[in-house]
Amino acid sequence: MLKLDVKRKMLTTDGEKILTINTEIPDGKLVCFFGKSGAGKTTMMRMISGLLEPMDGSISFDNDVWFDAKKKLFAKPQNRNIGYMFQDYALFPNMTVEGNIRYGQTIRNEDEVEYLLQLFDLTKLRKQKPTRLSGGQKQRCALARALARKPKLLLLDEPLSSLDYEMRSSLQEEILKVHQLMGVTTLMVSHDKEEIRKMADLVITIQKGVCNTIGINDFE
Amino acid sequence: MTPEFIETLWLTGKLAFLTTLCLFIIGLPVAYFLAFSRFKLKAVIEALVSMPMVLPPTVLGYYILVAYSPQHAFGGWLENVFNVRLAFSFEGILVASIIFGLPFMVQPLQTGLVQLPCSIREASYTLGKSKTITFFRVLLPNIKPSIITAIALTFAHSIGEFGIVLMVGGNMPGETRVASIAIYDEVQALNYHMANQYAFILFVVSLVILTLIYSIKQKPLM
Repeated sequence: MLKLDVKRKMLTTDGEKILTINTEIPDGKLVCFFGKSGAGKTTMMRMISGLLEPMDGSISFDNDVWFDAKKKLFAKPQNRNIGYMFQDYALFPNMTVEGNIRYGQTIRNEDEVEYLLQLFDLTKLRKQKPTRLSGGQKQRCALARALARKPKLLLLDEPLSSLDYEMRSSLQEEILKVHQLMGVTTLMVSHDKEEIRKMADLVITIQKGVCNTIGINDFE
Repeated sequence: MTPEFIETLWLTGKLAFLTTLCLFIIGLPVAYFLAFSRFKLKAVIEALVSMPMVLPPTVLGYYILVAYSPQHAFGGWLENVFNVRLAFSFEGILVASIIFGLPFMVQPLQTGLVQLPCSIREASYTLGKSKTITFFRVLLPNIKPSIITAIALTFAHSIGEFGIVLMVGGNMPGETRVASIAIYDEVQALNYHMANQYAFILFVVSLVILTLIYSIKQKPLM
């Protein structure tokens, strides 16, 4: 279970704001962060991943404490077993598709690379560099790479925002398929209500710096 | 071509090669620090690294010469501990050349690192990779044009150094007499034929290096 109880100052167009979240996310759920642009969705993901240090509070996942302000404990992203998919995919331009996936592995395992290439339909593109891939192919490659580490927690920062409707729809299915197959707890940032209804088990809404966790049936 | 001519060119090439090699090793961590550190006094360090670009070589050369003097702390320490005198020696002009060439190596590397999207560095961290692994496997391979520019600029600049080498090393054949000093020397002696030979070689080498830089810059990264 992911336990979040954090605060962080945030600069917005309306001035300085304190972003606050206090929630618990059960294992294996797909949870969406929903809020307007600049509400703090990405800030939240960055705090969970360890790319940004919260001002106060604590973050723990199962028995691991990732952040505790009182104990001055802050685990680096390298020490949190997470998979993070960035908004711009952040694929390494110097590596091929399979190179990107292999880089994500903690222990080298060629069978696992093959499995991920097949799962995301990237086998034919394995020797291609990211600059030669379409938006959807990049998205699949970034998702495969994020899963190569076998993460306990998968963080997807607006993974579908730059894709057209058809591609978006097919990749939503892809993410759902992977989520069901691997059972990994997944947090996804989205501001598309239709997408959230289709995918999420739980929704965390962020409004004026305050986060509320609601069930998908209560999400309007 | 006289043996002295070849010796001078060899010394010039050796100085430029060793300067570039040492600066590459020193420049990488310095560029990384300047690109990503949030150290409060970073601007001071950045200014110090860039000083040789604006400071007359004679000024820098004068301070280096003073520092080399056994009557001062650094020079005295070198003489007492290692029995070494750097003034008017090849090692002395090498150290001076390294100090003088620092911005030519650091600035292109720093620019290359800063221009990379933050997300690729962060993606590597979230994949469990340390800063060192990220630097060598992700950052460096993606700034190849900047690396080539830095190496070529440093080498080309070192080949043509005059003021600082003359101040620190003088004009000792086989030890500190590099091509740019030889040209000056030959012109003073009205030996224009030899001066022309040195000048032509420096001209061709510089042209080849700059053509290489611009042809690399025209190519896309991947």
